[in-house]
Amino acid sequence: MSRHSVVVDHIAKSYGRVKAVGNLSLDVGRGELFGIIGPDGAGKTTLFRILATLMLPDSGRATVGGLDVVADYRAVRGIIGYMPGRFSLYPDLTVEENLEFFATVFGTTVEANRHLVDDIYRQIEPFRKRPAGKLSGGMKQKLALSCALIHKPEVLLLDEPTTGVDPVSRKEFWAMLLKLRNEGITILVSTPYMDEATLCDRIALVKDGSLLGTDTPGGIVGRYPTALYAVRSADMHRLMADLAGYTGAASAFSFGDTFHVTLAPGTAPADLQSHLAALGHKAVCIEQTAPTVEDCFMLLSKKEE
Amino acid sequence: MTRMRETVIHTDRLTKRFGNFTAVDHISFDVGRGEIFGFLGANGAGKTTAMRMLCGLSRPTEGSGSVAGYDIATQPEMVKRNIGYMSQRFSLYEDLKVWENLRLFGGIYGLGARQTATKTDEMLCRLGLEGERDTLVKALPLGWKQKLAFSVAIFHKPRVVFLDEPTGGVDPAARRRFWELIYSAADSGITVFVTTHYMDEAEYCDRVSIMVDGRIEALDRPAALKRQFEAPTMDEVFRRLARKATRQSD
Repeated sequence: MSRHSVVVDHIAKSYGRVKAVGNLSLDVGRGELFGIIGPDGAGKTTLFRILATLMLPDSGRATVGGLDVVADYRAVRGIIGYMPGRFSLYPDLTVEENLEFFATVFGTTVEANRHLVDDIYRQIEPFRKRPAGKLSGGMKQKLALSCALIHKPEVLLLDEPTTGVDPVSRKEFWAMLLKLRNEGITILVSTPYMDEATLCDRIALVKDGSLLGTDTPGGIVGRYPTALYAVRSADMHRLMADLAGYTGAASAFSFGDTFHVTLAPGTAPADLQSHLAALGHKAVCIEQTAPTVEDCFMLLSKKEE
Repeated sequence: MTRMRETVIHTDRLTKRFGNFTAVDHISFDVGRGEIFGFLGANGAGKTTAMRMLCGLSRPTEGSGSVAGYDIATQPEMVKRNIGYMSQRFSLYEDLKVWENLRLFGGIYGLGARQTATKTDEMLCRLGLEGERDTLVKALPLGWKQKLAFSVAIFHKPRVVFLDEPTGGVDPAARRRFWELIYSAADSGITVFVTTHYMDEAEYCDRVSIMVDGRIEALDRPAALKRQFEAPTMDEVFRRLARKATRQSD
């Protein structure tokens, strides 16, 4: 048995002249929680559709659980649980009817694998007689995950399960994923929220169909090449313009209540401090800060351009 | 933020009930001219219902409110004329060209043909999209679409623009450039009422309200909220409040 659960080998896919995925390669280890991190248009959904055997790649090959997604597509379908980005359950069936339907399609029963979905399903069970179309966003998401899990898949493919979901529900959802990972299920999950990246074992940063980097979140952050400073002043709004106009600042991006700034070669934090003081900024504060995955993403995508 | 501002949005115990479910429960607040007001809450907290009332799309069950000087219950048509609206889900018509979208929205907001044409040129030039006049909107990169959608929402110079999760899924650099547009609209005197699930964006707002189970549980400047809840980030403030939620419905 290969130690890799998902192998993507130079996969490319275009829609007419639009390149959705360009020559992308990555490996996901058995039992790994692997995140595909990138904005809309990065090619995440196309990649998931190819892995879920719903779409043929133009070139390259991919395997899931050692099975080829093109040649062995029927067998692949038996071992994956796929949660597409768009709500894909039957809105006219009730919560329990949906779950039963998905179990039956895969030749199993809800009872047989109840333990796998128990934690999640218990939260929506009070609404089991409600049509799925009438559930709130968070509950739909939990039902969709239950339906993707009910046949005990080897690999879970979750395409943007948390998009549009509030921060609290997102944290709960990730807690569920970590538990499933600990039960040995391989999880490939995509998200546009960079803060979720740190919860993965490994991540791939993608943009415009290309890979910007693959590593553990710590590895990605650890390779950030320069010192990063968090800068603030009493007038944050003007600070934005003043940082943009300062040649000593190589980059400046707003980050919550500070700006994350990298300095051009030869510029020291003290130079920035006196520059801002000369422009009349009060209460200037410059502190070195640890880069986040989002900092790395912006740096890497700038290099691409 | 201490200077007195003209009030552009005012609500007084604004309430909406559906049967015996109270979606919005006696919310009262004021938003000033040119202010960037963040309207936060978990899914199902009542944000969308409140926003629909403020946009003149849904009649309050109880309480009152005014937007841009018009009563949301008795003058909803005047409210609609004086606001702009943009959401990630709906903003522009994908199968129309850029200029066709602008003509359509200009017409809807009662701008004349000549005025629409002049403003179209001016706006495309400002956004650096002159070359895209005849491009179908669906062929534009997402970041451009977003900028265009925002500019369309303020095309008719509304007093208030409502932005419903305007930056979802946008790449990190484009998301920040989008906020620069928000700042410049606010500087020009347009009041910005914005919802978001990115808590770093909550920090960019002048003031933030957080809804829990239909009520406003906190409302202040981000720095003051962090002090009040002794939390290092708005994310933490949000989580502490939202955990108190007891209801489960959208």
